[in-house]
Amino acid sequence: MRHVIIGNGVASIGAIEAIRSADRESPVTVISSEPHRVYGRPLISSLLGGRIREEDIYYRPEGFYAANNVTLLTGKTATGINTKARKVRLESGEAVPFDKLLIATGGVPFVPSVEGLDGPDVYFFTTLDDARKLDILTAKLRKIVVLGGGLIGLKAAESLHDRGIHVTVVELADRILSAAFDAEAGGIIARRLAESGISLVLGNTVTKIVRIKKRARRVVLSDGGSVPCEAVVTAIGVVPNKALAEKAGIGVNRGILTDDFMQTNVPGIFAAGDVAEAKDMLWGERRVTPIWPNAYIQGRHAGLSMAGAARPYPGGIPMNSIEFYGIPTVSMGISNPPAEGYEVLARLEPEKNCYRKLVLRNGKLVGAVLVGRIDRSGILSGLIRNGVDVELLKQEMLRDDFGFSDMQPEIRQALLAAY
Amino acid sequence: MRRATLKQPEGNGMKRVYQKEDVCIGCRLCEIGCVVEHSPAKDVVKAFRNASPRPEPRNIVEERGPLSFSVNCRHCDEPACLHACISGAIAKDPLTGIVGQDPEKCVGCWSCIMACPFGVIRKNGAQSKAVKCDLCAGRTIPACVEACPNRALVFEER
Repeated sequence: MRHVIIGNGVASIGAIEAIRSADRESPVTVISSEPHRVYGRPLISSLLGGRIREEDIYYRPEGFYAANNVTLLTGKTATGINTKARKVRLESGEAVPFDKLLIATGGVPFVPSVEGLDGPDVYFFTTLDDARKLDILTAKLRKIVVLGGGLIGLKAAESLHDRGIHVTVVELADRILSAAFDAEAGGIIARRLAESGISLVLGNTVTKIVRIKKRARRVVLSDGGSVPCEAVVTAIGVVPNKALAEKAGIGVNRGILTDDFMQTNVPGIFAAGDVAEAKDMLWGERRVTPIWPNAYIQGRHAGLSMAGAARPYPGGIPMNSIEFYGIPTVSMGISNPPAEGYEVLARLEPEKNCYRKLVLRNGKLVGAVLVGRIDRSGILSGLIRNGVDVELLKQEMLRDDFGFSDMQPEIRQALLAAY
Repeated sequence: MRRATLKQPEGNGMKRVYQKEDVCIGCRLCEIGCVVEHSPAKDVVKAFRNASPRPEPRNIVEERGPLSFSVNCRHCDEPACLHACISGAIAKDPLTGIVGQDPEKCVGCWSCIMACPFGVIRKNGAQSKAVKCDLCAGRTIPACVEACPNRALVFEER
């Protein structure tokens, strides 16, 4: 049995570790277009900000591939999949035969339509090489515009600011972090970023990059204003990197469509991570959820399926834990519910930069946003995952020290018995 | 990280620390036993007077009125903390089943705290690192269990 994995991010590692838990022998080949061994992608902002050293970014030890009997092909890009002949074609001309294939090609930055975006002094912020390029720039530049006020954009902004750059974040929505946060949570973080010296321009976007002698000099905004800058970092989000699968005739929608075993519509070909459109536990439908833990777990279930030890994927829950200038935040599940059919409980302490919001549906917890205090927040993710009836725990869950002792004995004992 | 000496298979055959809330008296000696075990000198006076920063206990005692019990890491078969860790600091030992954490690799992103359904991973505030139970790898009986005067913590297979 020849296992081939396209992509070398966290989903790929989840798959390798799962395959090797069930099958020590079969050859595994990983095709990576990046020239690196696996690294913690979210850590590129810590690296750029100078909070970690480059050797600390690697997600698994140097000997990981050898210890797991994996052949890693770095700097090789897959350009085609022949689903009949069961081969992956590489840009270099070689063909890699497979019996089981995992497509874990991740996401690619969304490219907005901005006049002049295609030119010098425009950067993305999704790879280690992106971080290295920006690292070099910080020595030369003074002013950078970050396009996008989501998680990636704000982490890029924070890191650049820490390196002495004057940063302006331009966000189309009227608040930052609009995907995972609500206005209250976004407001606390926006205030902290502004206090720290990062400029935020909300409800506005960049329509044009103005260059003089081929170098960026300023951006023009949709309201007619302009912001001087020497570079633009585009961080509007990522979209599934599904072109390879689509070209091969594998079923796609927003991402590559997968079943409960992470298999695509082609038997023996699987997808996982940011490229996959997989079961979502709370929405009861397939969704693209480009977050780290889901990618590992999807990769793990794909790997178990590939190694003949299949276990159904229970479905993912979106989750993010991010700190902004010392304010920890956690968001999970449905954090911005539709108006109908949901109950929202919230406690805001703006003077303490603290916020705790819980979202219920049919008496069950389906989402939470925590700002300022996030201790033991995993108990909430456990209640979501286990579908526990929390009707009687509403006031208790709003307390920062909520715990198992607040629960009815039978619920507490059942949850604490598990492993 | 010290090498584990207990050999335990993954899954059902693994010994774990379980609480018995009906006999817990809320004395928190389990937390003290844990702090001492994870302090450099392994001495209760030195751990509490000299160790700087003093290690955080790796279990969490909950108290609500007359009810009290310790919550301990389950060293899960499918560890949500490991799946969420972005730095590769958390690993499950295939021989012992212990879910261990390398503080050198931890970046303090708190993803493990967000993911652990037992809420049993803490922040080590002084160092901005997460701290979790290592099941006292190297000991026959974990220090928290040994410290409990009323056998409200048991180390057993279930």
